[in-house]
Amino acid sequence: MRIPLSYNARSLLQRPVSTAFTALGIALVVAVFIGMLALANGFRAALVRTGSPQNVLVLRDGADSELSSAIDRGTVSVLSSSPHVARGGDGRPLVSPEAYVVIPLPRKGFDTTGLANVVVRGVSPAVWSVRANLDVVAGRRPESGRPEICVGEKMAARFDRTGIGETLRFGGRDWTVVCRFTAGGSAFESEIWGENEQVMPAFRRTEFQSVTFRLKDTGAYEEAKRALETDRRLAVDAYREAQFYAQQSELLGSILQALAIMITGIMAAGAVFGAINTMYAAVATRSPEIAVLLTLGFPPRSVLASFLVESALIALAGGVVGALIALPVNGLVTSTTNWASFSELAFTFQITPGLLLSGLAFALVMGLVGGFFPARRAARQPVVQALR
Amino acid sequence: MKFFHLVLANLGRHKRRTFLTIASVALALFLFASLQTVVTTLERAAQFGSARRLVMTNASGFILPLPLSYANRLRATEGVSNVTWANWFGGKYGDNKTFFAQFAVDPKSYLEVYPEMVVPEDQKQAFLRERSAALIGVRLLDKFGWRVGQNITLQGTIFPGDWTFTIRGVYTPSDPILNDDMMLFHHEYLEERIGRPGIAGWYVIEIDDADNAAGAAKVMDDQFRNSSAPTKTGTEQAFNASFATMWGNVSLLMGTIGMAVVFAILLVSANAMMMSARERTGEVAVLKTIGFRDRTLFGLVMLEAGFIALAGALIGLGGAKLLYRLTKFNGGGFLPGFDVTPRTLLLGTGIALLLMLASGLVPALRAARLPVVQALRRVE
Repeated sequence: MRIPLSYNARSLLQRPVSTAFTALGIALVVAVFIGMLALANGFRAALVRTGSPQNVLVLRDGADSELSSAIDRGTVSVLSSSPHVARGGDGRPLVSPEAYVVIPLPRKGFDTTGLANVVVRGVSPAVWSVRANLDVVAGRRPESGRPEICVGEKMAARFDRTGIGETLRFGGRDWTVVCRFTAGGSAFESEIWGENEQVMPAFRRTEFQSVTFRLKDTGAYEEAKRALETDRRLAVDAYREAQFYAQQSELLGSILQALAIMITGIMAAGAVFGAINTMYAAVATRSPEIAVLLTLGFPPRSVLASFLVESALIALAGGVVGALIALPVNGLVTSTTNWASFSELAFTFQITPGLLLSGLAFALVMGLVGGFFPARRAARQPVVQALR
Repeated sequence: MKFFHLVLANLGRHKRRTFLTIASVALALFLFASLQTVVTTLERAAQFGSARRLVMTNASGFILPLPLSYANRLRATEGVSNVTWANWFGGKYGDNKTFFAQFAVDPKSYLEVYPEMVVPEDQKQAFLRERSAALIGVRLLDKFGWRVGQNITLQGTIFPGDWTFTIRGVYTPSDPILNDDMMLFHHEYLEERIGRPGIAGWYVIEIDDADNAAGAAKVMDDQFRNSSAPTKTGTEQAFNASFATMWGNVSLLMGTIGMAVVFAILLVSANAMMMSARERTGEVAVLKTIGFRDRTLFGLVMLEAGFIALAGALIGLGGAKLLYRLTKFNGGGFLPGFDVTPRTLLLGTGIALLLMLASGLVPALRAARLPVVQALRRVE
């Protein structure tokens, strides 16, 4: 026989303040849980979205980031003539050689004052066809031969002098912002792009940092990688573009995730102790009721289940409130330095339905763990003493 | 205090409840102390640096190099007592699971400019003598199980290839903010292998007059303003501070979580206090009947809340301080000198006391104002 849920619901309402406080404590833990994982997810997502599985990123042999790589024009020529490279509509190889420099720019606004390492990427006109998901949302592409730059959408909001027509100074020169672009929410939106022939001399670079090309046959990546890495004329490493950037999110992404779990774990222990207190007090006050239930014939198992359900209800209520508290954080833009690439990355907090569900499940677990021992005490209650 | 026994007896009545509440408060304050310490450690790192040391980087971006020829010109500049330089090597060791910084430096001048790196004299001489020698931080001995005299091989990323070094010395920082897990080696070793003319990543310049840092910096930048690599010079503190800001708005994040944590424990503790108070209405009435004053009862309840709060503070804050001291935690190298400051301990204790006030106030007032007759009527 199961004790009806209405008994639990009514009991909860009999001690409204106690129930509310316990639920609120759990709500805060769930809110922090969801918030921090949303931060970690957002960071990861920005990098995972960067790059297409159809492209291959080529760096110098041994380099672990675009920053530490160097590729000369000879290598670019050899790569362009490779049979693995797809050709565009005009018959030219879809190859994008790029320069990569990091400059310190002061951040603006209430977020923080301080410096950020912003990526300045030298690009060729080919980049707009090779790299995926690019969209110029304002202005026009930089014209060849002029010190003009295109700024990523996320970058524009967080730094001064990045509006269309404004002038930004770096590398000892003045650059005019002529466009803003989006890139599917990826890391490129935190970058400044300019023409190779303008950017490289400004930073005294004679070599590119990376070459990205479109695979002729997406399935033939392994073969292309093997061919390029064993080619004696080159000394390169090839990566699937999407995989490379995803892997750059590993270090900080796992730190953020570990931090989230550790912090919420400790908080959860504290909240569970609170829940245990509440439930023990509830069991103690209601021992005559429990005795009546047992006398009526409800098996101790049902009493155990009933109290567990009560604890779970409190926790779930807290979980829902916590999820609601955390929800506004979704879509908030923040930024940090991705140490793997030593560059500024702006990203949004990302709350997925899956994350909300895990938050609720977490609350449920807290409720069950907190309610177990008190519920067992209730079930084991000797009837006669209680009725006395 | 003669009422101390009464307070303890009350708390001992529900030992489990008292224990769980204290544990909750302790956990929350432990967390609070840890989060605060992240903020304070980054702040201290931003303030580390000698007032007499200036850091000079390429004005276009500090990842760009500076010519080695600047060294002599800087040495000849008035007000400069010593000049050294370093290059970020960025090598990988083994499976690359553990990161540590490696620098190619001008060994003699670097150790002169950084007396905080304490090296035994014989090891120092051995390091200076040998071109392929390496000087490692004391933490690396444990991290990788290295010994003095051992050969180690790194995979270069910026400078490709395999690089072998012989560990000849170990340094111990005299200031905990200075990282104890870095590796230094000879700049000439780097130069002879890459076969290109030498470059410096950045210069560290020691000046005579610390008060004139800004003026000296300007003089140096003016010197190189129109050359191929214009420079940006500032104090070492400014340089370190800019690194600390690269994390983003850490203090906002930690502060927000800290607030949530504190509020959560407030709820737990207040809940426990309220439950106890509710159960003891009858006793309070009896105590009042035998002559205890309203004021005394108020104080008793507050003392009870205070005991829980302070016990939790002692365990939580004390635990945090001890844990990080004993494990020499440094956040994988990103948070050197991670130590709970006295100010954080004070702040934590203040929060605990506030907790006592907030959670004990309502039950205490209730107890004080309890009308005796009605309360006695309700005794079970």
